[in-house]
Amino acid sequence: MRIGIPAETLAGEKRVATVPEVVEKLIKLGFTVAVESGAGDAANCSDEAYRAAGAEIVVGAAQIWAESDIVFKVTVPSSAEVEMMRTGITLIGFIWPAQNPELMQQLAAKKATVLAIDALPRQLSRAQKMDALTSQAGVAGYRAVIEAANAFGRFFNGQITAAGKVPPAKVFIAGAGVAGLAAIGTAAGLGAIVRANDTRAEVADQVKSLGGEFVKVEYEEEGGGGGGYAKVMSEGFLQAQREMYAKQAREVDIIITTALIPGRPAPMLITAEMVKSMKPGSVIVDMAGERGGNCELTEAGKAVVKYGVTIVGYTDLNSRLAKQSSTLYGTNLFRLTEELCKTKDGIINVNMEDDAIRGLTVIKEGEITWPAPPLKMAAPKPAVAAKPAPAPHGHGSGGAPASAGKTAAIFSAAALLFLLIGAFAPPAFLGHFTVFVLACFVGYMVVWNVTPALHTPLMSVTNAISSIIAIGALVQVAPPLLVGLDRPDEWIRWLAVAGIALTAVNMFGGFAVTRRMLSMFRK
Amino acid sequence: MSSSLATVSYIGAIILFILSLGGLSNPESSRRGNLYGMIGMTIAVLATVFGPRVTMAGLPWIIGAMLVGGSVGLYAARKVQMTQMPELVALMHSLVGLAAMLVGFANYIDPMAALNLSAAEKSIHEMEVYLGILIGAITLAGSLIAFGKLSGKIGGKPLLLPGRHFMNLAGLLVVIAFGWQFMHVETISSGMTALTVMTVIALLFGIHMVMAIGGADMPVVVSMLNSYSGWAAAATGFMLNNDLLIVVGALVGSSGAILSYIMCRAMNRNFISVIAGGFGGGAKPTKKADGDAAPVGEVVAISAAETAELLLDAKNVIIVPGYGMAVAQAQHTVNEITKLLREKGVNVRFGIHPVAGRMPGHMNVLLAEARVPYDIVMEMDELNADFPDTDVSIVIGANDIVNPAAQDDPTSPIAGMPVLEVWKAKTSIVMKRSMASGYAGVDNPLFYKENNRMLFGDAKKMLDEVLTALKAQ
Repeated sequence: MRIGIPAETLAGEKRVATVPEVVEKLIKLGFTVAVESGAGDAANCSDEAYRAAGAEIVVGAAQIWAESDIVFKVTVPSSAEVEMMRTGITLIGFIWPAQNPELMQQLAAKKATVLAIDALPRQLSRAQKMDALTSQAGVAGYRAVIEAANAFGRFFNGQITAAGKVPPAKVFIAGAGVAGLAAIGTAAGLGAIVRANDTRAEVADQVKSLGGEFVKVEYEEEGGGGGGYAKVMSEGFLQAQREMYAKQAREVDIIITTALIPGRPAPMLITAEMVKSMKPGSVIVDMAGERGGNCELTEAGKAVVKYGVTIVGYTDLNSRLAKQSSTLYGTNLFRLTEELCKTKDGIINVNMEDDAIRGLTVIKEGEITWPAPPLKMAAPKPAVAAKPAPAPHGHGSGGAPASAGKTAAIFSAAALLFLLIGAFAPPAFLGHFTVFVLACFVGYMVVWNVTPALHTPLMSVTNAISSIIAIGALVQVAPPLLVGLDRPDEWIRWLAVAGIALTAVNMFGGFAVTRRMLSMFRK
Repeated sequence: MSSSLATVSYIGAIILFILSLGGLSNPESSRRGNLYGMIGMTIAVLATVFGPRVTMAGLPWIIGAMLVGGSVGLYAARKVQMTQMPELVALMHSLVGLAAMLVGFANYIDPMAALNLSAAEKSIHEMEVYLGILIGAITLAGSLIAFGKLSGKIGGKPLLLPGRHFMNLAGLLVVIAFGWQFMHVETISSGMTALTVMTVIALLFGIHMVMAIGGADMPVVVSMLNSYSGWAAAATGFMLNNDLLIVVGALVGSSGAILSYIMCRAMNRNFISVIAGGFGGGAKPTKKADGDAAPVGEVVAISAAETAELLLDAKNVIIVPGYGMAVAQAQHTVNEITKLLREKGVNVRFGIHPVAGRMPGHMNVLLAEARVPYDIVMEMDELNADFPDTDVSIVIGANDIVNPAAQDDPTSPIAGMPVLEVWKAKTSIVMKRSMASGYAGVDNPLFYKENNRMLFGDAKKMLDEVLTALKAQ
């Protein structure tokens, strides 16, 4: 089948739906790829590069829309684009069906099959590789920090220079979703002191793992709202949250806000008062500008200075990192294509039985199938009867303590045995017996400490030291003889010599091979 | 050298032997541990040779025997390939067994040994001789058969004679009967008859026991024979009234016993059933005929080039080697691949199942030989929880140790055996020559899992291709 890549038509959009590296992989899956001439120019992907990767370069979007079986898009298609669309094609890209009901109708009229990458059921772990929202948000979070650094008049990292001491910048990040976490990592990487807050308490560990400090709102309420998004919080919580934000605003140099709740205007987090309280020269990057902004003074798409604070409200952070965004987006779509084309023969199969594909498909051959039924999360499997008890870790523990009855049985058997030995054995034997029993215990303790990696050397070294039997043979070769005793000297000597020779093989061979093995173990 | 001096030397040697085993708790201290062992052995031998119980007349004999045996041993140690370690170890066990037998016989015909003993002491002494030779003979015969099986000179299939348990039982009764007779004979020559009969039976028993055990139960057998060689030494120590032998024998014996226990636990089987043998034999077809346990789904093959791509895209990779890697001698290629991936920032680790291979720790030695750093070679328990975060898991020539049926299917013959959960990785790749089932004769549902890919072919050849593909990228 033929995949078409039109140039994006939205003003200011610099991304492209696939890049030459991905084109190669698509061709390996059996597809042919056509790219509109100039589609990748803004993302540093020239027509030549696409051609070299095996794509066909086509002039004009009309031909792409008319001749392709599948079209990859980044942004929501315009009505002009839908007009050009051939009947019955498959469209993959951002659609936002909830926000664009008219578009959905137009697409349905074209008998198209539409996979909205924004409708991906993100809670499926195997969907992660296709999750374009995540990949794009990550890029945007990174770029937000770079924009902040650009507008900020100081270093991010603290330095002690000959000219004096520079304190590190303090960055506060509101919302620790994908974009927020990317921003935390980037800001921490630049050396700033990073604090972050999120209504979902469970992300605290992720914030810490990226080098940030998690600031809690002093109010008890859980904010996880399903699908990894946050939900709307109660008034009491919001009050406590405002106080916390006000405090942070006075202290930090840079605020990056990433708070979004699906299907609703962005929550207002930073009031004009808070902006006023910030130090002059501070920066706010509002990543929710498109949906009204998290800051009262944000102007979508622009950077403005108010009360001495630069407020960046760019809505095109992804286009400002077009190559990176396009590469990740293209890879997401490639992974999706792989799922659609498991046979690798260049023919896609929109399998509605597959949870991930079902979620993505918002229109199937002209029929609107959005929204998808809620995903049945696989119920945790009932504990399997045969599941082995977790093996006790570490050595020295011989397993779970035996049951009381079993222990009692073992002890009574041992007691009986010892009683018998005590009743009949002569004292000389008992001395040796004591040594024997103690040695067994020493061996038990020592050997449990041997690391499993060294079990083979353990066997060869025990092999070597069991050649101590040589001593038995040595004392028989030529003992000081008692006169007058009838002793088959020759026989004994030959048996003993054979014994010595055999054990010598073990003695030398065992130690030598152990040494050879151990010298191989290296870090 | 006086008798007391010899005794304290023995104590020193004992301490050194214990330190030597203790040193094996980690690879850093193990080299020094081995050195302690050598010093201990040298002290023990010298203290004996120059002690009160050996006259200078024996010196040439001793030196001669040591030279012959020692050079054979050193030659073998230098020449042996790491894949052949299990065979070498089995062969060495047989030597200990044989030596224990020889010393036992020599002791029995030596009138000096039983001089000045009271009646009770004499009975005990004779029992010690009898037991020492018995254990020695079983060790000898069992180890030789194990050697044959491991080196492929004898087929790995268990040999199941009809009524084998009764044969063993009858053998045991005969041994006990002759033992009773042996302790009540008047002259040495009449005792020899009982002793010889017992030895023959013990040898047959040793052969029969190991013949009945399947190829992949070998880790248990090898460690069990390791244990026996220790008990043989301990019995010899009792016979000779020598505490050094008793202690060392007990150390080695308990070491082998613990290893056997660990191996059995790793297969979720008890020791008796392993020794009774016959696992993986003909009893399986009835089970298979049910059909309901047969896995459903499709097996998806993958090429070496695609494997290489998957590996390059991965961040976390876990490699699970099995006996197939040893057979194909693929460990060096595995190391090359590991090195390449690590240079590219891929986190590669190895997951070792306790019974992977044919002896305890077999895989670790092979990987160490190929110079894989030991800190990325993990035990099963250490990384089993990490599979969900792993992008690619590669199974090289292993089957039963990665079989999900052990956890999911209570009716499976290997139910309850701890396994490496490779199927929890995003993608698992199984390298295998064909779809044949593992030695347990159990079909492996892993192959049919949706996220599993099969890379068919000889492990070495396929890995070479993967390596070439990786280098080309």
